[in-house]
Amino acid sequence: MSIWRRLAGAVLLLVLGLSLASNWLALAGYAKQYRAAAGAPPSREHWLGTDDIGRDRFARVLYGTRISLLLAPAAALLSTLMAALVGGLAGYLGGAWAKAAMAITDLFLSLPWLFLLIMVRALMPLNVSPLTSVLVTFLMLGLLGWTSAARVLCASAGTLRDSDFVRQARASGIRGVRLFWIHVLPNLKPVLYAQFWISIPAFIVSEANLGILGLGVAEPMPSWGSLLRELEGLVSAGEEPWKFVPLLLLVVVVTSFQLLLSKEEGLPA
Amino acid sequence: MRNSRGKFMSVGIWKMVGRSLSVGLLASLAFAQGELRFCLRSEPKTFDPLKVEDDASVAIRYLTGGTLVRLNRQTQVLEPELAQSWNVSKDGREISFKLRGGLSFSDGTPFSAEDVGYTVQKLMDPALHSPTGDTFRSGPGNVAIKVISPTQVSITFPAPVAGLDRQFDQVAILSAHSPKKELAVLGAFMVADYKPGATVLLKRNPNYWKTDSQGHKLPYLDSISLDIQPNRDVEMLRFKRNEIDLINSLDSEYFDKLAAASPQVVHDAGPSLDSEFVWFNEVAKAPLPDYKKNWFRSANFRRAISDAINREDLAKVVFRGHAQPAMGPVSPANKFWFNDKLKPMVYSPDAAIKTLQGDGFRSENGTLKDKDGNAIVFSIITNSGNKYRERMATMIQEDLGKIGVKVNVVTLDFPSLLDRMTQTFDYEAILLGFTNPGLDPNEQMNVWLSSSENHQWNPQEKSPETAWEAEIDRLMRVQAASSIPGQRKEAFDRVQEIVVQQEPFIYLVNRNALSAVALDVHGASPVILVPQTYWNAERLSVR
Repeated sequence: MSIWRRLAGAVLLLVLGLSLASNWLALAGYAKQYRAAAGAPPSREHWLGTDDIGRDRFARVLYGTRISLLLAPAAALLSTLMAALVGGLAGYLGGAWAKAAMAITDLFLSLPWLFLLIMVRALMPLNVSPLTSVLVTFLMLGLLGWTSAARVLCASAGTLRDSDFVRQARASGIRGVRLFWIHVLPNLKPVLYAQFWISIPAFIVSEANLGILGLGVAEPMPSWGSLLRELEGLVSAGEEPWKFVPLLLLVVVVTSFQLLLSKEEGLPA
Repeated sequence: MRNSRGKFMSVGIWKMVGRSLSVGLLASLAFAQGELRFCLRSEPKTFDPLKVEDDASVAIRYLTGGTLVRLNRQTQVLEPELAQSWNVSKDGREISFKLRGGLSFSDGTPFSAEDVGYTVQKLMDPALHSPTGDTFRSGPGNVAIKVISPTQVSITFPAPVAGLDRQFDQVAILSAHSPKKELAVLGAFMVADYKPGATVLLKRNPNYWKTDSQGHKLPYLDSISLDIQPNRDVEMLRFKRNEIDLINSLDSEYFDKLAAASPQVVHDAGPSLDSEFVWFNEVAKAPLPDYKKNWFRSANFRRAISDAINREDLAKVVFRGHAQPAMGPVSPANKFWFNDKLKPMVYSPDAAIKTLQGDGFRSENGTLKDKDGNAIVFSIITNSGNKYRERMATMIQEDLGKIGVKVNVVTLDFPSLLDRMTQTFDYEAILLGFTNPGLDPNEQMNVWLSSSENHQWNPQEKSPETAWEAEIDRLMRVQAASSIPGQRKEAFDRVQEIVVQQEPFIYLVNRNALSAVALDVHGASPVILVPQTYWNAERLSVR
């Protein structure tokens, strides 16, 4: 294991550990409003300062990290599995199956998903707890985010279907689900991994965008998305650099994921 | 871009006037040139002053249109403009104007009473669908216009129009004879160029009739360049780079940032007319459980919720001190109509609990429950993307949590919010606000009359469902039918008292009117009324 991979693993463990320990590290919790110190810069009491209504930013970053770190990969996993199922099988089966699956995928791709999400949110009951709103947000992202990955997987599976080793396997009597499971799916893993890791930051940023449209995580619960909203209207980076901590954390976590898993994807580590 | 500024005091003039001339004369000579630049936040939809509806077109109408009377944005008093004097009949149906003589439109066409008659006729033409004209439509029938002489005109409406003279502040007079139609204007500036999506350029009207106290022709400015820029962040950056001179309705965060860098450029004119408020759904047919309807229709419940909201904190934290806790439906900034007998709403969670206990509510393990054991949980919706309202809702959530009330904050896109508010009535509480309401209570008739569509807490009641709503209906009609200011004020004062007692709207704060004016703009004196910074555009100059 290279030093970069070890470092990435250590960083991820540290971030995950800190976020899971947020109940002990940030005793005030993410919702308490220190109104006399609203918008305060970092201090001994508030290591990353406070947000616009006086909530401890450090606590919100820790709790938000926990939510995003657990739920964005969950949504990415859901969307990747759906992509593998639809795209992988379509590519493997080919012919009319592939055409039908890709027609459905194109239909989903052509849907204005943002408006679809707005519509779904508008139809949802109003009195839902913040926790439910988090789960619903990431579930919707997972259910709607599989289409692009499905197209990539369909193309890759189609190539594999016509490859020599699959023909050989077929000639030696391996067929159906077994052929797909033993020979096709393992060779789709690099593409699946890539789609999975690409989806995580994409879903985190999507959640931030949805927050602006009122579809994101409900107050007072934090997420990286809602924390990134603090950067709205920041005229220069030097003004309040501590507000960039959630963004920095997002970059570090996503990069660490990429480094840690680069070997499995066949990329130089 | 702005290198012409600073050249307008030529060396020759300096030599000519010498040191013996007064400072005042030097100043007025200095005002002879200059271009003012600021941003319009949307594309103007029309240059026809009678069709104006959107803010950008209103700004252009204000700068180019000549009106018979004009509301002084600083004193809030109506002043003569093209009309030297006017008289409103006792029944509020007829207004007669004595006009100034010898004036011309920007293209040289002479101005007379005939133009006033022509404008009013066009304004009241139902086919034109003029939003300005709609404010004069108080009853069925036609308007009678009598041109008595070139400087005298009388207009009679089929029914009394409340605040009739003030309504003419919005009516820019058109020429009946000019081939340039609505582009021939009587205001200080005229439209010289328009690049869609980019700029509207206004040039000085050479035939403008006003002069300053020293006899110099107004306006001082050569031109005004209005850049179409919907993005507030870009507007702020351009101001910081000295590319524009004014920002109206400045955000409190931006205000503080600008103040930190250059305190002289920012202006806090105090509380504006804008108000933010919450209301509960009191619609009988709303798809809500009956026990929730009972809470929301109880004045005691609404008062208790109001008592438990810390308005001082909302003003201090959300608006960084650039707002005032609201005292009622009218902002104290509305000098004439504000009822100064109203007392500030005091934050008192104890009083809230006491009121609720009186109605059978009780606290169980930190959760407030009604007499049937239902936990007090409701949602407050606000429009997504409005960070101030989102923050207020979150602070209210914490305030109400202290008395055991659980609030879910929901942000929705505006169309979905409107649909719930006006069509399905599927909501519990909404946090919204009024921006730029008019000074006169008649402009809020559609909110206070129980039969109105905009009577938000319970729209379109067939007959008033409560005694206090019936009383508000009566008082609003009394003030609308009267042309005696004292009588109208008395009635509207009582309306304000009833609203504060019953709290159909729980008023939160009045935002302050914040603006920024570059240091090289002279004569600016920002006010709370729109247009805050350039209300006296004819007397502004840029060095």
